[in-house]
Order: sequence, then C-alpha cells, then structure tokens
Amino acid sequence: MSAESYLLNPHQWVYAHADYLFAYAIRRISNEEQAKDLVQETFLAALEKADRFEGKSSERTWLTAILKNKIIDVYRKKSSGLNRDVQEAEHEQQDFFEADGHWTPTHRPLEFGIEDVDHIVNKEFNDILQRCLQKLPALWMSVFTMKHIDDEDTAIICAELKVSPSNFWVIIHRSKLNLRACLQKNWR
Amino acid sequence: MGYLRRIQYNCKQATFLIEKKMIRPLTFRELIELRIHLAGCSVCVLYSKQSRIINKMVQQLFYSTMPGEIKLDDSFKKELQDRIEEELNKN
Repeated sequence: MSAESYLLNPHQWVYAHADYLFAYAIRRISNEEQAKDLVQETFLAALEKADRFEGKSSERTWLTAILKNKIIDVYRKKSSGLNRDVQEAEHEQQDFFEADGHWTPTHRPLEFGIEDVDHIVNKEFNDILQRCLQKLPALWMSVFTMKHIDDEDTAIICAELKVSPSNFWVIIHRSKLNLRACLQKNWR
Repeated sequence: MGYLRRIQYNCKQATFLIEKKMIRPLTFRELIELRIHLAGCSVCVLYSKQSRIINKMVQQLFYSTMPGEIKLDDSFKKELQDRIEEELNKN
C-alpha cells in the first residue's frame, strides 16, 4: 500500500463531513427532511462497504460518491410515474414561441440586470435563483445539475436517468428556457 | 418559406443550438445555421449571453460554501454520530 493512500475514520465522519454532505444534498433535492435522511443513509451504507474502500480517493470524495448515487435513486423515483411536474413545466413554456419558432412578444428575452460582466451576486438574487431551480421538474433538475454542475458525461447521465440522447438535449434546452424566464420575471 | 427564412425565424431552434453548443461542439451545419440566425437576431444574441451567465451563477450558487448557511442542527449530528458508533461496536 502506498503511503499516500487515504484512510477512513468513521469516528469523525459527522464532524468532518455531515454539513458538507447535507449542503450537497439539499441543493440538489430541495427537501430538508429527505436531505437529512440521505446523509444518514450515506454514512450507514459507507460503514457497510468500508472494507471495500481502497484509499484511492479522499474520504469525502468517497462519501460524496455514495450520496450521489442515492440522489440519483431519488430522481429516478420522482420521475417515474405520471410526471405531472414535467407536463406543467412544458405547459409553462408553450407560448414562449410562435408556431414558426419566433419568440412571442410577451416572452422574448429582455435585459433584466444580470448582463453586466461585473454583476455582483447577492443573497437576494441567489434566493430567487434557488427558487427558480426548485420549480424545475425533478428530472430536468437532475439532468441540468449533473451536466452543468457535476460536468458528468452525457452518456452516463442518459444511462443513469434512463433518458434517450435526443430527450437529453430537449431537457437541457427546456430547463434553461424555464429557468431564464423565471429569473427575468422575478429579478427586476 | 425558404430554408434561409426558416432559420432566420426559428428562435426556438436557435436557442436549442445555443444550449447544445455549451455542452458539445456543433456539427458544421448546425454551426452555420446558428451563425446565420444570430447575425440577424439580437434577441437570441441576448439569450445566449444570459444563458452563459445563468450557468455561471448556478455554479457559483452550488459551489459557494457560505459558511454557516446550510448546516445540520447539533442534536441531529449527535444522534447521527451515536448511530455510527453503535454500528461500529457491533463488529
């Protein structure tokens, strides 16, 4: 074993990683109770497979990977079934464009104060951004964050969330349309 | 409507290509279509700019670990560590 390999110290897990993992979870699923449960499940699952920890990544990276898989399970569960949230989100953008694809006068993008390069982000803006993200359907949110935040490979996202490649691009497009519209509407 | 007109009018397709381009390189044909569209559509130029900024802001939101902003309460943490110790003692 190389001297640089990482070790696990479960006695310090909560102290060292619980807040980090909780923040990681809550930004992705926006439900406090569920995020707490996931943190707990992550630690317990980690204990079970601690003997398979090879020390190649840091303790935190390893724990985060376990949590990530649990979050994907949540996404999958949420997006199976009727998908009412997807229908609603699609409905919301049905009159963004005319039949020929042109922006409708009421929904075309306008400058709304984020265009400045030196724009200083403040808490108020972050709150609105967070709320607009939360309005996205669970499946869209997961595709969006796995791509734009985690920089995950497109093929892996499609496989893990069970979406076709063409649907992946549609979701990427639609998520941004709704997110941008929500920000324009609420940040003035 | 001719091919060119269709590209010039279709902001929906242009915004789709803008989003795609941020993730992977467009095909030659897609790239030409987008260039033609953006050359005549200031609204989609603005969209493109906003979209890139929004990505940055979302990343900033996810990665900004403003200390003390998102935290678990101490009692939950204590229970959690107790639970872990309990599991450890089983073995």
